[in-house]
Amino acid sequence: MEILKVHHKTRGPAAGTIGSALVGVVASGNLEVMLERTLADTECTVEIATPVRGYDDVWKAVVTDFVERASPGGLRISINDGGARPDTVMLRLLQGVRTMEAGHD
Amino acid sequence: MTDPRHPSADTASWFLSTARERLAGLLDPGSFTEFLPPTERVQSPHLALFDLPAAFDDGMVVGRGRLGKRAVLVAAQEGQFMGGTFAEVSGAKLVGLLRAARDDAKLPRIVLLLLDSGGVRLQEGNAGELAVAEVMRAIVEARGYGVTVIALVGGRAGAFGGAGLTAATCSRIAISEQGRTGVSGPEVIETNKGVEEFDSQDKALVWSVTGGRNRRLLGGADAYAGDTVAGFRDAVLALIDRAPPFDLATLRAEQRRLADRIERLGACNSAVEMWVALGIAEPQNIRNLDDTAFAEIVKGLRGAAYDAR
Repeated sequence: MEILKVHHKTRGPAAGTIGSALVGVVASGNLEVMLERTLADTECTVEIATPVRGYDDVWKAVVTDFVERASPGGLRISINDGGARPDTVMLRLLQGVRTMEAGHD
Repeated sequence: MTDPRHPSADTASWFLSTARERLAGLLDPGSFTEFLPPTERVQSPHLALFDLPAAFDDGMVVGRGRLGKRAVLVAAQEGQFMGGTFAEVSGAKLVGLLRAARDDAKLPRIVLLLLDSGGVRLQEGNAGELAVAEVMRAIVEARGYGVTVIALVGGRAGAFGGAGLTAATCSRIAISEQGRTGVSGPEVIETNKGVEEFDSQDKALVWSVTGGRNRRLLGGADAYAGDTVAGFRDAVLALIDRAPPFDLATLRAEQRRLADRIERLGACNSAVEMWVALGIAEPQNIRNLDDTAFAEIVKGLRGAAYDAR
């Protein structure tokens, strides 16, 4: 199991007020992304647990791109990976941020 | 945790939904409170030894909520994670929920089990087998204290092995056409007895034997649900007040039901032969009917309406 921790400064806080969310499922080619609003407004951490070794640079590139697009300030993001492709990872991260934006019904 | 319910939640396929999507769509909006949510990070301590990824909820979501304004306890297995398996953490979460229902009369008296599992997680075999045994005992004990336990079977993994045993211990079982239940799954039978005995690649054969329609016709399930969140909600609401008391009379009735079934159908070699023996007019046509036409056939059948379990 490879554990990767990435820390980013963001432009501002993530939208919404929901405290936490979980999207996706740990399955082949899929991943689960848990988001918790626990950090300072301009901080974002992403911790990845993946059984697939040797792709640190790809993970870091996807996360950097995600932080640039979504500005997920305040979010502690934790990932359990089931061997997802980079495009799937990006979609799940964006889905997670959108879920955190939504209001309770 | 947030509520992922959306306007199309009612018509969403139960088969294709995740455990969390099923719960969000099934329960009254905003009523779900999760026990040991993923933010607690109660994960399997064993999977890392096998270099396998864990899940923050170990593939088991437990909590309480409301269904049609009735208070319920719920447990949902995530069939996509490790086949929705019974393991140390996932099993303990389910056992804890059932024992709480048994011991605390102030908790809801209805437990819904959204089963989606091939059975015991092989990497945690001993813990998983123990979990199944403890779950079955806890269900029986809870029923003895007046708790109604309803199994909902319609996920991708079906309800096999320990999940099949668990379903059979419940007060009532609701199943969809896509749902499958049994003890030994098709691949297990084929591996042990050969492809001539049971071809697990033959989908029509697999569903005709283990699938929801056959199980409902034989009385192995008490309600037939359409493969939607709304379908399962309606089925459960219809079952909630029809659960039998867990007493000697019910167990004797169940014994009579099973003895009668094996006497009538024990010599059959295929599902169609059983449907003939049940007196169904066009047995070959069962799998082609729509849900409404199928429900009409069930209404007229003896055995499907036994008040036992």
